Amino acid sequence: MTDQTPVLRLEDIVKTFPGVRALDGVSFSVLPGEVHALMGENGAGKSTLMKVLGGILQPNEGSIFIEEEPTVMVTPAQAKAKGVVFIHQELSLADELTVAENIWLGELPRKSLGRVNWTKLYDDTNAILKTLNVGFDAKTRVGDLSIANQQMVEIARALTVDPKAVIFDEPTASLTDAEKVVLFDVIADLQSKGVGIIYISHRMEEIFKITDRISVLRDGQYRGTLTTRETNEEDVTKLMIGRSLDLSRNESHHEMGDVALEVRGLSCGKLYQDVSFSVRKGEVLGFYGLVGAGRTEIAETLFGLRDPSAGQILLNGQEVRIKSPIDAIANGISLVPEDRKGQGLVLGMNCRDNMTLPQVDDLTAGPFVSDGAEVAIFDQYRDKLDIRTPGWRQTVGNLSGGNQQKIVIGKWLSMRPEVLIVDEPTRGIDVGSKSEIHNLIRDLAAQGYAVIVISSEMPEVLHVSDRIVAMYSGKVMREFTSEEVTEDSLIQAISGIINGKVA
Amino acid sequence: MNKDILLKQGAIWAFIVVELVFFSVAGSYLSVSDSAFMDFDNMLLLLKQSAPIGIIAVGMTIIMINGNIDLSVGATYALSAIVLLDSMTWPFMQDLGDWAIPFAWMFALTTGIVLGAINGLIVWKTGVDAFIVTLGSMLGYRGLVFMYNGEQPTSHLNWTLVDFAEAQFLGLHTATWFLLGATLLLWLLMTRTVHGRNAYAIGNNREAAVNAGIRVGPHFLWNFMLIGFLASLSAVVFYSESGSVNPNDGMLYELWAITAVVLGGTKLTGGYGSIISTLGGVIAIQLLRKGLGHIGADTETVNLVIGLILIAVLFLDRQLNRKGKEELKT
Repeated sequence: MTDQTPVLRLEDIVKTFPGVRALDGVSFSVLPGEVHALMGENGAGKSTLMKVLGGILQPNEGSIFIEEEPTVMVTPAQAKAKGVVFIHQELSLADELTVAENIWLGELPRKSLGRVNWTKLYDDTNAILKTLNVGFDAKTRVGDLSIANQQMVEIARALTVDPKAVIFDEPTASLTDAEKVVLFDVIADLQSKGVGIIYISHRMEEIFKITDRISVLRDGQYRGTLTTRETNEEDVTKLMIGRSLDLSRNESHHEMGDVALEVRGLSCGKLYQDVSFSVRKGEVLGFYGLVGAGRTEIAETLFGLRDPSAGQILLNGQEVRIKSPIDAIANGISLVPEDRKGQGLVLGMNCRDNMTLPQVDDLTAGPFVSDGAEVAIFDQYRDKLDIRTPGWRQTVGNLSGGNQQKIVIGKWLSMRPEVLIVDEPTRGIDVGSKSEIHNLIRDLAAQGYAVIVISSEMPEVLHVSDRIVAMYSGKVMREFTSEEVTEDSLIQAISGIINGKVA
Repeated sequence: MNKDILLKQGAIWAFIVVELVFFSVAGSYLSVSDSAFMDFDNMLLLLKQSAPIGIIAVGMTIIMINGNIDLSVGATYALSAIVLLDSMTWPFMQDLGDWAIPFAWMFALTTGIVLGAINGLIVWKTGVDAFIVTLGSMLGYRGLVFMYNGEQPTSHLNWTLVDFAEAQFLGLHTATWFLLGATLLLWLLMTRTVHGRNAYAIGNNREAAVNAGIRVGPHFLWNFMLIGFLASLSAVVFYSESGSVNPNDGMLYELWAITAVVLGGTKLTGGYGSIISTLGGVIAIQLLRKGLGHIGADTETVNLVIGLILIAVLFLDRQLNRKGKEELKT
C-alpha cells in the first residue's frame, strides 16, 4: 500500500480560532480504496479538520494535497468539484424541498435560460436512490422522511459526482441496523472504485469492522495512525484519551429510600408507548437507547413540556398532572436538558443570573431583585459543585462545558428538587470533566435525590446507574440492574433484539 | 401528502370564494347602491385596483421565500413615480414628444433597480439583517422623495400615457395585464429556474445551502434588484394614469404587500411559499376592502377587519400545522 499515491494528504494543518488552537500541525493521508477512520474525543478537532477539508474553513497554516497536487479549497463547491465530498453529521437538508433538489443542491442540472432540467434531475436521482435501496423516490418532500431516511439522502449526495475522497461524519448515528448494511455496501462499492474514505465515528465495533487504518486526534494534535488489523480497542482508546478508559460498573451503593417517582403506562402519540418505570430516592436510573428511541421525549413529558396521551405519573405515591414546567418545578421535578447551550442556559447572562433564573421572582427586596440573596445562592452552589469561574459576573458563554453543566445542575439544586432528570450530562464535555460530572451525579443520589440519567454513551450509563432502562423505538425493551447488565445484552436490547430475535 | 399541499395552497382561494358569497348575500340586504357586488365590471375594476400592491407583493414573496424582507418598497415606489413624471418635463425629453415615454419608463425602472441593488449589496456585503437594512433604506429613500420636491406634489399629465394606462385588452385593464404578467413570470422563475430553487433552499436552510456551495449573496442581490424593479413597475403602471405623485404616496405599501404574502401562506422565516397564493392574498384583501365598502363600512372599519382576519388566519394556520398533541410546548 505504501507505494500508492495518496488521494488526499494533509500536511501540518493549523487552524486557530480566537483563543483556541483547534488544529495544531495535523498531518495524515488517505490512500485510494482505503477506509481511514478518524477518531478522537468530542472537541479533539475532528469536525474542524473535516471542515477544512470540505472547504468550509480555511487553514491558517499547512497545505492540502489531492493526488499530490497542492490544492486550495475556498468554498464547499470547489472541494466538491475537486472530488472531495463531505457527508455532514448534522442533517444539512432543506426540508421543504424534494429529495432530488436536496441531493443536487447547489448544482441542479440546467437547461437554457437557467431553467432546471427536471427530467434529468429526477432520472439521475432515482438511479442513485436505486443503488441505495431506499423506499422513497426523487419527488418526496424531505420533511416527510424519517431521520434515518434523511440521513440516506445526505449519503446519496456523495454519489452525484465521481469522488476521489468521501468524508463520512458519524453517518450511522441515526441509522437502523438494516440501513447500516446498505451504507457499508455503498462504502465498499466506493472503495472498490478506488475512492479514499474518511470515516468518523465513535462506535468502535463499526471502526473495527470496516476501516483499514485509524488516525487519532487529541486536543487538536495528531496522535498517530494505527493499522486496524494490528490493533485493538484498548490501544485506540489509550491514544484517544491518553489513558485507559474506566469501563468499570458503578460499585458504590448506598441506602435507597421510598419510590420518589413512578410512571405507569405513559404514552405520547407516536413518540413512545406504554412506558412504565420507577425511581427511588437515592437511586440513579439510567436510560439507554439510540437517538430517537423516545428517551428525551419521556423526560420532556415529565417536565411538562409535552402532554402524554395516556398513562399516569405518580410522585411519592400521589398521582400528579404536570401541564407545564411550572407544575413540574412546583412538584420538585427538574430537567437538565440535552442541549445545554440552547435549552439550559442563557449564554449572554452571567453565572449568578443563570443560576437564580427559576426563582428570581422570589428573591426580591421591595420592588427590586435582591442582589445579596442571589449572590448568596450562587456562592453556596459554586462551593458545593466546585464551579470554577473568576466570579459571578462571568458570562456563562465563556465557561467550559463542564462548568456550564454544573451551573445548570446548580440552578436546579437550588430549587430543592426531589427528582433530577439529566439528559446527556456530558455531551461536549472533555474527558476530565466527564468523570467529575459522573461523581457529582453519584453524590447527588447519595444525598437522597432521585436521579434519572439519559445517555447515549454506554460507559457513562454503566458507570453512574443503579438500574438501566433500555429503550428501542419508543418502547421499554428491558430493565437491568447494575449487577446483571452486560454490554452485549444492553446493545441487543437497544437494537430491538430480545433473546436473539428481532422485535 | 398531495392532499396537504392542495389544502395549503387552496385555502386562500376558498377564502376568496367565501368572501364573494358573503358580500353578495350581505350586499343584497345592506348595500347602499342597488348594483350587485359580483358585477363583471366591478370584478375587473377590482383586479385593476389590486395591481399596485399586487405587483409589489409577488416580488415580496420571492424576498420572503429567500428568508429576507424588504420594507423600502413603498419609498422606492414613490421615488420611481417622481422620476417617471418629472423626467418627462426635462427639456431634452420634451423635445422627443411621445418618444419620451419609453425613456421616462426606463429612467423610473432603473431607479427601482438601483435602489434595490443598494439594499441587496448592503445585505450581502455587511451581513446585516435585511429587516434592519431596509428599515434604514425605507427612511432614507423617503428622505430622497421629500428632497426632490419638498412637500409639493410632482405632476405631469401625458395623454398618450393615460390612454395606454386606461386601455382594455381582452376586457382586462393595462394594470391587470401587468399584474398577471409579473405573477406568471415570477411563478416561472421560482418553480422552473435554478435561481428560484436555490432561493427556496437558502430560505429553508441557509447553512445547508452554503455547505452545498450555493453563493447566497448574489441570490440576495438579484432578488432585491427584482423587487426594486417591480416596485418601480408598479409605480409606472399606476402613475402613467394618475399623473400626480404626493411625497407621501406608497406609505405602508410594504406592510400591505407583506400582509398579502402572509395571507397567501408564505412563511415569514422563508423557505416556503407560492407566488400564485400571494396573488390570491392580494385579491382577498382587495375584495375585503371593496366588499366592506359595498355593505357600507367606512375605511377605519375595513382596516380593523383586515387586521383581525390576518391574525385569525395565521392562528388557524398554526393550529393546522401543529403536529398533534405530542408536540413540544414552547
